[in-house]
Amino acid sequence: MSTETHQPPPDSAEQSDELAAEAAGTAAPEVLAGSLGEYARIQLRRIKNGESGALPVTLGLIAIVIYFQARNSLFLSPGNLVNLLIQGSPYIVLGMAEVFVLLLGEIDLSVGYSGAVAAVIMAWAVFTVPWWVAILLGLATGAVIGVVFGMLITRLRLPSFVVTLAGLLGLQGLMIVLVARSGHGPGGSIPISNSIIDDLTTGNLSPAAGWIVMVVVVAVAAAVLLLRDRQRRAADLVTPPLSVTALKIVVMAVAGVVVVLVGNADRGTALVSLRGVPWVVLIVLGVLVIWTVLLGRTRFGRYIYAIGGNAEAARRAGVNLNMIRTLAFTLCGITAAIAGILLASRLGSISTDTDGGQLVLFAVAAAVIGGTHLFGGHGKMLNALLGGLVVAAIYNGLGLLGLSAAVTYIVTALVLLAAVTVDALSRRGGTA
Amino acid sequence: MTTPSAADGARPASGGRAPSPAATTTDPAGRPIQEPPLLELRGIGKNFGPVRALTDINLDVPAGQVTAIVGDNGAGKSTLIKTISGIWQPDDGQILWQGGPVHLHSPKAATDLGIATVYQDLALCDNLDIVQNMFLGREPLKQWQLDEIGMELAAKQTLADLSVVTVRSIRQPVGSLSGGQRQAVAVAKAVMQKAQLVIMDEPTAALGVTQTRVVLELIDQLSSRGIAVLVISHNLNDVMNVADRVAVLYLGRLAAVAPIEDLDTGSIVELMTTGRSGHIGAAPGEPVHAASRPGAGPGSRADGGTPGDSNIGDHTGEAP
Repeated sequence: MSTETHQPPPDSAEQSDELAAEAAGTAAPEVLAGSLGEYARIQLRRIKNGESGALPVTLGLIAIVIYFQARNSLFLSPGNLVNLLIQGSPYIVLGMAEVFVLLLGEIDLSVGYSGAVAAVIMAWAVFTVPWWVAILLGLATGAVIGVVFGMLITRLRLPSFVVTLAGLLGLQGLMIVLVARSGHGPGGSIPISNSIIDDLTTGNLSPAAGWIVMVVVVAVAAAVLLLRDRQRRAADLVTPPLSVTALKIVVMAVAGVVVVLVGNADRGTALVSLRGVPWVVLIVLGVLVIWTVLLGRTRFGRYIYAIGGNAEAARRAGVNLNMIRTLAFTLCGITAAIAGILLASRLGSISTDTDGGQLVLFAVAAAVIGGTHLFGGHGKMLNALLGGLVVAAIYNGLGLLGLSAAVTYIVTALVLLAAVTVDALSRRGGTA
Repeated sequence: MTTPSAADGARPASGGRAPSPAATTTDPAGRPIQEPPLLELRGIGKNFGPVRALTDINLDVPAGQVTAIVGDNGAGKSTLIKTISGIWQPDDGQILWQGGPVHLHSPKAATDLGIATVYQDLALCDNLDIVQNMFLGREPLKQWQLDEIGMELAAKQTLADLSVVTVRSIRQPVGSLSGGQRQAVAVAKAVMQKAQLVIMDEPTAALGVTQTRVVLELIDQLSSRGIAVLVISHNLNDVMNVADRVAVLYLGRLAAVAPIEDLDTGSIVELMTTGRSGHIGAAPGEPVHAASRPGAGPGSRADGGTPGDSNIGDHTGEAP
């Protein structure tokens, strides 16, 4: 970078900061910018430097929405948008699962079938145990799968690519065996016999509850942001300008209002009214928040980034690489299980036809399209949410246009390739 | 960045020091010399199979001074610092820390004592910012969460103490920093971990003129704070600039330890290539530590090692 060019007079730290402002820093723009305009300029430089963040994927999402809306005016109807959210939730959550391992510079190709096997266990168990025990069993299944992969990868030093490719095949086989053994799936699929699990995706909040929850969520998020700013200011540290924080809160509030308005619009038929924000929105939001806090605010999260950035440095700093890696695969497995349960809930059953191969493609696509680097160290849970929405929008839109599954595969593959290309090119630009 | 006056090659920080540790009864901090040196190596030897990498190394590393280790490729410099930083265990000899024998069985054991090693590759995570790198592995927590504000304040303070002011923001990823700044972050990390001995492996090897100056000033800063610095360098200019004492390794043996005042570039090169220079260095029947502090060497180096006497060949007969 150009840091050698700004040798300031050593007597004035402030002045040196002024001078260095000219140099393109890749630091978080919040702590560098003094005003909203400067924030925008720094954000622009970051994109040029390969630290693109959420902006490209947001623009891409808007472009995709405009395209499909132009081709089919049903695309932006409340009914379809809610359907898109429900359809997309497993992809988003699978993308979050993938983020854990992508951050390490590893990959998990088995997330689709890990989730499917977890869903089979859950669907099987819920015939005999309460719904929440069944869900816990499903999550435990995902955790066990993740631990096994993590152990194989760390203890035997096998490449995660190969181990999880074996997992993709092996778990598909296991899924078929389990469905057959359960005795509940004569047609190759186990139905979900519990209405609460069904409602995870298809159930809705009441319109009033939707508003209340939205206001509470936005208020809490705003309070957290403002409180953090105040603590930094009290400690006399560089603090984001109020305008930037305010802008973030406004964006969150607008997103919340849009989701609730769409969800609360009547998407039923002439005979039956159907209104309300689906539960699954809250579930995805909850997973997003918990995993974001885990990655951003805990030692475990910090070490995941450290290992992805420079494993040797992390090792020398005393980080237990094997434990952190195994834990990351475990969390990946648990998150995949959540996705599998959501998928089963949406379909009302879990079938041996579940295409874990397509799911993993969507998962990696969601994470990478969202801006997660394939080779570790960079990425956020939010990336998977935005990327997952892109994947879901493409899948849903192509379906609305009546295009075949083949076209959907090809388009998703092209979008994934485009995302990886942007990732690689921007990184080359960033290190030049 | 420290005082710009240091750029001309003078060593302002050493101005108040005793001209030669060998000739005085107090060390630079004014304490009586009876206090044992921070680190003492006594007869350290290290074998790699049949290859004798280090033979009978006796070296004192006093606090508040910069000791440079020089030597040709394969002379044993890396082996020596890896032994001190706990990566390898010596086969012979003893390591004393503040006068007491210690066993450095792991890098962590060395770090816990206060020995920080700044490796040539710096061991920084490019994707993490300066604060995150400085606290990697020892992040303080506040109600189960990372104490980001505490970390940032402490990092800011340490960098200011070391007069590192060129960085734009300490929340900047380390990957965006220049070579000298990265070195500064690695050193600041060591300082913040309360290191008493900082070992630097070729700190200026990959740096340009300006960045080299930054790092040399940083080394001066460290020693003026009472920290012992052990620097490996190929660059004799840097050594002459920054070191208080020079230890020359020759074929796995310590050819000489001398205050910088007793040496010049020519004599160091001679010591590096032949093991002796004038009255300094290994000669038959003469202790190699002739120029070092009296009593530092055991005085038992009668076998001293003549220039042509290859130590590596000593044990080839043991090869399997």
